[in-house]
Amino acid sequence: MSEERNMVTVYILGEHFMVPEGSTIMTALEYSGFQLKRGVGCREGFCGACATVYREKGEYKLKGGLACQTVVSDGMTIARIPFVPAEKAAYNLEELKPDVSTFVELYPSVFRCVSCNTCTKICPQDINVMDYIQDIIKGDIASAAQTSFDCIRCGLCALRCPAEIVQFNVGMLAQRLYGKYLAPKSPELETRVAEIEEGKYESEIKRLKVLPKEELVKEYYERDIKIT
Amino acid sequence: MENDKTETVKIPYFPGCTLKTTAKNFEQSALRSMEKLGVEMVELPKWNCCGTVSSLASDDLMKHLAPVRDFIRVEEMNNTGLVDNEYRMLTLCSMCFNTLKQTNIRVTSSPEDLQSVNQFMYLEKDYEGKVDVTHLFELLDSMGFDTIAERVVRSLDGLKIAPYYGCLLLRPKSVGIDNPENPSIIERFISSLGGSPVMNWEAKSRCCGSYHTVDNKAIVIKSVKGIIENAREFGAETIITSCPLCAFNLDNRQEDIMKEFPDFDPMPVFYFTQLLGLALGLGDEVLGLDDNCIDPRPLLKRSGLYE
Repeated sequence: MSEERNMVTVYILGEHFMVPEGSTIMTALEYSGFQLKRGVGCREGFCGACATVYREKGEYKLKGGLACQTVVSDGMTIARIPFVPAEKAAYNLEELKPDVSTFVELYPSVFRCVSCNTCTKICPQDINVMDYIQDIIKGDIASAAQTSFDCIRCGLCALRCPAEIVQFNVGMLAQRLYGKYLAPKSPELETRVAEIEEGKYESEIKRLKVLPKEELVKEYYERDIKIT
Repeated sequence: MENDKTETVKIPYFPGCTLKTTAKNFEQSALRSMEKLGVEMVELPKWNCCGTVSSLASDDLMKHLAPVRDFIRVEEMNNTGLVDNEYRMLTLCSMCFNTLKQTNIRVTSSPEDLQSVNQFMYLEKDYEGKVDVTHLFELLDSMGFDTIAERVVRSLDGLKIAPYYGCLLLRPKSVGIDNPENPSIIERFISSLGGSPVMNWEAKSRCCGSYHTVDNKAIVIKSVKGIIENAREFGAETIITSCPLCAFNLDNRQEDIMKEFPDFDPMPVFYFTQLLGLALGLGDEVLGLDDNCIDPRPLLKRSGLYE
């Protein structure tokens, strides 16, 4: 190897390793010989599986982030969170009301929020987590659903919350209630679902299923997309 | 409607959760009544829970973050032009009022505590201690009950109304809006609307049972029964309050009382802004009388105040 890479020191579970500068925490872990079985997923910042807690050199603050999206710095101390054993209420969406009473019933800890904003500070998605919890307290489920929309459920908010709220599962419930009861209905979607149920596309699907790969690829790229 | 050109005053307004969820009619009647009186209540952008119950522990500053965050919103409103040099923070709910005001006293009288809270909330601008937590009764009083009397279009003539203070408007003394032992502000409010305040009844500041209503209804049932009976003894036809929780306990728990005591004679309960709105000529679509548990309309009909 002719090219030299600058190396930085990181501490993983208290042990020190030299890893290439500019690596993500996830790359640093694997470079250091850790085989990741839990706490790893899409590696693209979408799945939320790789929540990680770290502290930078000389800093007192514990920070959180996604291992696949956070770049290491020299002297960084790292601990992965492979799984967040958070409370997840069981419910039948069909039986719920899209209002505050549902949250009182299923996630009463929401109402213990002290507005400290610790959840927002740690969120790797830059979501205003406290704001959507407060939206629920105010009964604004639609706003809670929209504000929490980018949540990938890494669980860091729940780990940090002094009021023991499970924000990410609460947000999921808000989104489900919004989708089922509050979001404006799309007539196009309903028409299309009815068409599918009536079997309008059966023959086309059957034809595509037996098509050789090359032809399928060709048809895919030549397809006509109508945007109205 | 006379077209009077009095200038509208814009005041920051903190609604609290109850007025946004289970008691929307209380808020509506307040907003529309105050509009008629030349006050625009401008809701705080992105407000959060008031904190609900004020923490008295000296080392528990965490519980004061919520109120201070709301105070920062009020200062921001002044900096962004939503209101103009108006640091009064208007509340309707007695509980919000009490919790907010206790925190405000705590942090403005203890620079160290304020510094700790500000440092913790480093993403926010520092709270500068400018906010004046104000209950709507205080605002009405400062506008002058005489002035309000002049705006009354439907006088509550002869309606015998018991003013119920509960605990949070009066105690602790440092927070209270009136003399804790012998308050008169709600009596004066009632008089300004043309009603007859029930004077010197014993239960006017007795506890309604508060949040025991969630897990120990029996305590609330006992307390509310005593309060209603005492009001009736003093000749009241109805009770008013400014606390949504007192209103819920006094009103909705009467159903439970009737189940247990079939002879119990129920009494309608109003939120104070419902009667204010009624006197200022607002209709049922704003007052939301349908949402009151003990239907107040028969009483209003008897008194010629409702068609």
